[in-house]
Amino acid sequence: MQVNSNLGNDLKGLRPSALFMYMEEIMSSFFSYLINGISLGSIYAIIALGYTMVYGIAKMLNFAHGDVIMVGSYMTFLMASSLGLPPVLAVLVAVVVCTILGITIEKIAYKPLRKAPSLAVLITAIGVSYFLQNAALLIFGANTKMFKSVISLPAIQLADGNINISGETQVTIVVCVIIMIVLTTFIKKTKSGQAMLAVSEDKGAAELMGVNVNGTISLTFAIGSALAAVAGVLLCSAYPTLTPYTGSMPGIKAFVAAVFGGIGSIPGAFIGGILLGVIENMSKAYISSQLSDAIVFSVLIIVLLVKPTGILGKKIKEKV
Amino acid sequence: MKNKMNLTKSTKSTLITIGMVVVAYIIMMILTKAGALSSLMKGLLVPLCIYAIIAVALNLTVGILGELSLGHAGFMCIGAFSSAFFSFCFKDTMAAGPRFLIAILIGAGIAALFGLLIGIPVLRLQGDYLAIVTLAFGEIIKNVINVLYIGRDVDGFHFSMKDAMALNLQDGGQVIVNGAQGITGTPKDSNFTIGAILLVITLLIVLNLVNSRPGRAIMAIRDNRIAAESVGINITKYKLLAFSISAGLAGVAGVLYAHNLSILQAQPKNFGYNMSIMILVYVVLGGIGNIRGSVISAIILVLLPELMRELQDYRMLIYSVVLIGIMLFNWAPKARVFREKYSLKRLLSKKTAKEEK
Amino acid sequence: MKKFTSVLLAVAMVATMLVGCGAKETAETPATETTTETTTETADGSAFKIGGSGPLTGGAAIYGIAVQRGAQIAVDEINAAGGINGFQIDYNFADDEHDAEKAVNAYNTLKDWGMQLFMGTVTSGPCVAVIENTKEDNMFQITPSGTAVDCVKYPNAFRVCFSDPGQGGKSAQYIGENKIASKVAVIYDSSDVYSSGIYQTFAADAANYGVEIVAAEAFTADTKTDFTTQLTKAKDAGAELVFLPIYYSEAALILSQADSMGYDPMFFGCDGLDGILTMEAFDTALAEDLMLLTPFAADAEDEATQNFVAAYQEAYGETPIQFAANAYDAMYIIKAALEKAGATPEMSVSELGDAMIAAMSEITVDGVTGANMTWTEEGEVNKEPKAVKIVDGTYKAM
Repeated sequence: MQVNSNLGNDLKGLRPSALFMYMEEIMSSFFSYLINGISLGSIYAIIALGYTMVYGIAKMLNFAHGDVIMVGSYMTFLMASSLGLPPVLAVLVAVVVCTILGITIEKIAYKPLRKAPSLAVLITAIGVSYFLQNAALLIFGANTKMFKSVISLPAIQLADGNINISGETQVTIVVCVIIMIVLTTFIKKTKSGQAMLAVSEDKGAAELMGVNVNGTISLTFAIGSALAAVAGVLLCSAYPTLTPYTGSMPGIKAFVAAVFGGIGSIPGAFIGGILLGVIENMSKAYISSQLSDAIVFSVLIIVLLVKPTGILGKKIKEKV
Repeated sequence: MKNKMNLTKSTKSTLITIGMVVVAYIIMMILTKAGALSSLMKGLLVPLCIYAIIAVALNLTVGILGELSLGHAGFMCIGAFSSAFFSFCFKDTMAAGPRFLIAILIGAGIAALFGLLIGIPVLRLQGDYLAIVTLAFGEIIKNVINVLYIGRDVDGFHFSMKDAMALNLQDGGQVIVNGAQGITGTPKDSNFTIGAILLVITLLIVLNLVNSRPGRAIMAIRDNRIAAESVGINITKYKLLAFSISAGLAGVAGVLYAHNLSILQAQPKNFGYNMSIMILVYVVLGGIGNIRGSVISAIILVLLPELMRELQDYRMLIYSVVLIGIMLFNWAPKARVFREKYSLKRLLSKKTAKEEK
Repeated sequence: MKKFTSVLLAVAMVATMLVGCGAKETAETPATETTTETTTETADGSAFKIGGSGPLTGGAAIYGIAVQRGAQIAVDEINAAGGINGFQIDYNFADDEHDAEKAVNAYNTLKDWGMQLFMGTVTSGPCVAVIENTKEDNMFQITPSGTAVDCVKYPNAFRVCFSDPGQGGKSAQYIGENKIASKVAVIYDSSDVYSSGIYQTFAADAANYGVEIVAAEAFTADTKTDFTTQLTKAKDAGAELVFLPIYYSEAALILSQADSMGYDPMFFGCDGLDGILTMEAFDTALAEDLMLLTPFAADAEDEATQNFVAAYQEAYGETPIQFAANAYDAMYIIKAALEKAGATPEMSVSELGDAMIAAMSEITVDGVTGANMTWTEEGEVNKEPKAVKIVDGTYKAM
């Protein structure tokens, strides 16, 4: 809005070439907003993948997912900053820890409730979320930790330095695309992937066909939590502060993204995440930085009213 | 004959629930008068009423209507802000009694209106999708109220969505709703007596609805929508009826909340999705569809973290463990077997059986 | 109902068990050891019972914990040096979760414990709610860090920090009078009382000092990760200086994102920015040339500050932030006022309140957050903020 009103005032008495330059400036800032939006969206997408897979297979909203992200970030922080491990190794440790954590949570808190009403599981998940947050508060303290980016790629300058794409942004987008491709291939081509599909379609029938249902569910939690660790590292590399509550808001946003794209659908989570990031950034840039959340949620509501199961819900058979 | 029996049974249950509240009220009043109540408990009496009311309100949506709402804190927020706005404006020109009565009606009315407006498009959705949309509405309400600026001066009301300066108030003008800083200086009209009366009224409304013809229609929709539709029940009408009553009652809780504290701000803590989820926890723990249970579990869960203050740093950690523990105890298959084996009722019946021998 | 009875029993059981264990557990925690000890040593009436409240859990915990610890250091020092008027201090701190309702609960809990003087609350919103209760009890209240105007609206309440209008106005004045910049962008947290309060007065006063606000960009508690949009807008509007009336954890993000964008304006902030240099693993080069108005600097040269910082580091292994310093001062202010009033612990809450209110306008305190601090009857403190600039990773007076 600011940009537009400035434009209106300044247009008077501008020569065509100046006008052209002005347009170019607007285009380049638009492009910056877009890239930043896609980068933020990629992180949402990776988190949303975890939500969507767990929902597809266990039919539960895993509210603790956002806090697994936080644990992953703290692990990377500890390994890289305190123990001085090289970034790649630190990330690896974080992924392993989160995977174990995910499986443990599933075994202790969710597995006994598999036949319970879905609301009971939802509340257990909230309990787990509170537990992780408060445990982190006691272990790591409330102080904000400055996360040192694990990415050391130089920034790309475009359009005479008007557009600046940071190393974190590049890596985030690339990693998101790779994860998306690998995950889709995994589900289509491998036996375990097929088992996941089968369990999400019909648990009983899958069991009769010899699928190890419990193992498959554990595997899903493991993959989801590993993805959460990756998302945590990327999130904190791009936005480098770390507190025990770092994961909760991105977690909720990613949940919205998963529903946006059609919960249970992997491409849906991807599209939903990217769209959410772009809408959030665009509304901050061009409408109001205070109302961006309200706008994001309004778009979600409108989408759901038009397509009650999300953008790619149901249509795509590829449910996990 | 059978019908009559049923009726008396439900009336009896209603009476027990109301009686419970009244007895609790009398005990508390006696303790207060005798000075035997700690400051903490005295301070908690109104919040207990607030959370009991909102738990009952949400149970109407979740238990009776069978739809999951994660946005009830939003309705509470609307009730709180609309009534606080009214009370603030008439702080000096009206007596406290009638002013608070009107504030309650305004809070309940506007919250119910929003429930209706939101319900029309949203109640077509189902299950988790409905849950996420209500969550989204709650967040939108919180977000919008945080950027809302309303001021008053000699020219009347001024309104802005940008900041307090954009109101352009004349000298002597006053900012009433100051964005994130909310409304400061709402008269403290809430007290335990009013809270208890409102809780009783809430219970009467919900329990009467459940036992009435519309209530049975609502529950029929919950149990089998298609069957209900096929016998000619107007699905939309009854769903909206239940949802807007539920929203209105949530608004009443908000009115009590706003008039209990001198400052009203829409923070994630009190009106965000976290609060909506907390209310849902009260409902699930008290038993979905069990109105009396909601009141009891709301009271226990509000008291629990306060009574655990001795634990200091470990308080919230242990609270979360208790939460998980209760859920597992209630629903895990092994815990169920254990409960069957050692349930109080069984032990008691064994005893009586022995005695009879 | 059957099911419910079982739940009820379970809760009751667990709760009693936990409370039992908890009492033991707390006695073993080193941080609370001192409090427990003093409780056992001193019977009622022979110690001043001072309570405090602030967020120990939740997103604002960082501030509450700092206050709790800062005050603890002061209490230990005072007790070791013989107490106040010969009486020891009994200190207890309750969690209010940065929520108005919980703050009232925390206050009532402390009252049940026997609190006579109240040092709190840490954050503004809860403070405005609790002040109604302290006024009712005529309980003396001093808030270390509640900046909103209404935090001290009754005669029984005082504060250690500056008020929001004070900071906003002073910042505008400083920027304008020293001709630091004429085109200013503001990035503030519209969902935060402290931040939006400073912004409002800054914006109101800016024009008077020849400062033009070219962009005022807000963020909220829910969108405080990505600031590139706000920064891009500030850059496009041609701001020479970006004013950051926010806390340091968000400011650190803004600085690092501005750096990776290749945007390098001047940055200027208030006391909320103090602490940025001591953030774990923060690259201080990012904060180079950052200017801030702050009453407290952890690496100040004076002896009082150095002693406090050393004691804090020894006890908690980290450098104190401004909140801890305010709380530390608050305890010494209470001590000074109690000594002035010649008060004893046998006095009732209300008597203490009257005596303290009278004493507050007469005392002058030298603390770590300011020298020669005095108080007005409205509860506001008179002290000068120090304008500092970060050079080579340390504060330099400007």
